[in-house]
Amino acid sequence: MFTYVVRRTLAAIPLLLLISILLFVILNNAPGGPLAPYLQNPHITPADIERLKHNLGLDKPIWYRYVVWLVTVLHGDFGYSTSNSEPVMQAIRERLPATLELMGVSFVVSLLIGISAGIFSAVRPYSLADYFITTLAFFGQSMPVFWFALMLQLLFSVHGIPLPGGYQIQLPSAEMSSSDVFDWGDRIEHLILPVIVLALLNLALYSRFMRSSLLEVTKTDYMRTAAAKGLSGRTILFKHGLKNALIPVVTVVALSLPGILGGAIVTETIFAWPGAGRMFFNALQQSDIALMMGYLLILAVAVVFSNLLADIIYAWLDPRVAYD
Amino acid sequence: MAAAVPAQRSPFDEEETVYSKVNLWTRLRRHRLAVAGVAVLAIMVLAAIFAKQIAPFDPNAIDNVHWQGTPLPPCFQSTLECGGHPLGTDEVGRDLFSRLLFGARISLTIGIFTVMVELVIGVTLGAVSGYYGGWVDWLIMRITDVFLSIPLLPLLLVLTAIVVATSNRASLSFWVLVVIIGGLSWPTVARLVRASFLVLREREFAEAARAVGNGDLRIIFRHLLPNAVAPIVVQATLDVANVIVLESTLSYLGFGIQPPTASWGSMLANAQANLQVAWWAAVFPGLCILFTTLSINYIGDGLRDALDPNMK
Repeated sequence: MFTYVVRRTLAAIPLLLLISILLFVILNNAPGGPLAPYLQNPHITPADIERLKHNLGLDKPIWYRYVVWLVTVLHGDFGYSTSNSEPVMQAIRERLPATLELMGVSFVVSLLIGISAGIFSAVRPYSLADYFITTLAFFGQSMPVFWFALMLQLLFSVHGIPLPGGYQIQLPSAEMSSSDVFDWGDRIEHLILPVIVLALLNLALYSRFMRSSLLEVTKTDYMRTAAAKGLSGRTILFKHGLKNALIPVVTVVALSLPGILGGAIVTETIFAWPGAGRMFFNALQQSDIALMMGYLLILAVAVVFSNLLADIIYAWLDPRVAYD
Repeated sequence: MAAAVPAQRSPFDEEETVYSKVNLWTRLRRHRLAVAGVAVLAIMVLAAIFAKQIAPFDPNAIDNVHWQGTPLPPCFQSTLECGGHPLGTDEVGRDLFSRLLFGARISLTIGIFTVMVELVIGVTLGAVSGYYGGWVDWLIMRITDVFLSIPLLPLLLVLTAIVVATSNRASLSFWVLVVIIGGLSWPTVARLVRASFLVLREREFAEAARAVGNGDLRIIFRHLLPNAVAPIVVQATLDVANVIVLESTLSYLGFGIQPPTASWGSMLANAQANLQVAWWAAVFPGLCILFTTLSINYIGDGLRDALDPNMK
């Protein structure tokens, strides 16, 4: 097991390097490269640009620049964000807690509801409830996240169907994370709509997958054996069925992370949530390439590690997985 | 959809893995929701094709006669105020219904063309990877891993933002989006094709095809690919829906189809600011997207059942 974990972790390193090379190439083929934001500034003369180029080493060959860039990135320096007027790392660190809060809550909500709905569906396949859940899941998968968010705003905020509080977060992020102004009621009010939006996407995915996985398991020999031993339906379902059916769900949950990260950008932008996703969107509009790249790199690292974690959990849960 | 399944069978294929067109339709018909999906999608496609004939107004023209500075409501809400616009007007006084019809052209075609780009890249790389194996396979799969590790929407946003920064927003044309989205969404297809090819290349008919002196290209395209087509068709169908949603999201955020061109997503670009005054401008384009993607997803589900009962 230990060697398996080490081997998988080591395998992630070349992948991360390849990702960084790709992102570096994109960054440097952007117009003006990392200096793009300065090119639009009328106060900066071509001579300044040349000087900046020289100072930043942009006149060196690309492989040399990549190595330099990689070393600075590894030291936690992602450059300077022109849209926030502060280092990229600092800007992201300030807004990450709000994003993690939103993503964390909606993740837990979608996992709890999605898994339960999937189990419910699988226990009574082709029943009315199953059709209802499956249809909802199809809607959840087909609906654009942003439009769902707009429709919720239309219903609850514009047409005033009562839902506690508004949808707009007015608090700056610094206040959000400090404990002296912490107010559970207020926090929950603001979280409701964005969490519903972000949860729906994965809820649909999880429930569909849970359903098919549990239905698959129901057909296995060991389930029949358990029934033949005279165990109660509940024991069979929870002790034998669910335990095995949940194993492949681990992978799906890990694979859904890129979708959540993309969805968070849209949701935060629409609900004015003061997180890193909305900051990323602002950076897009102001051609702040350093921040875009820094954020993208962090997202990619998060995805790689969640996949790694899922693989390890999978191997740990399922003794049939060979470690070599 | 059915046309994508080749009727021709590899002479060395002893197993019935490729279904004839008739058989596929019979099987698809059992999936009632897929049939409903085909019907809805057919209406959407017809509406897009005959947009010019159906549309009561020029989609980009502002109604100078009735326009008073506020969006006109749909006729079913207020016959007096709607000024003959069946679904009202958008926030600058353009006929919403006509824009939906012309928007269907963009949204549907971007889905189809993008998936074609995705298929060309994905099938080629997946086939080469699975057929040759070795270091070629290793290299292609590592590239695939890289693309699968970067969340698609943020990456698309960065690339489109770079295009915007290079020239201007207007340069984000239809074809630029097709190439960017297609160029990034092929890894799933590549993996699918590779997985099929790893199995198929070991089969007897592949060996026989090699033994009688067929070249690699001919074996890949004439003998192996037709047998790997089922999962590709399902994935491609589902991806058309994914791309339509992606395009609408990009356009909504301002990094997709640019105004005044109507796509269902670009029509929603100003919807949030106008939610108070024009609910119809936010609701109808989204409903079009929802019904289209829902139909396509049901068709994909039906195809999956029809093509291979063992496929998950």
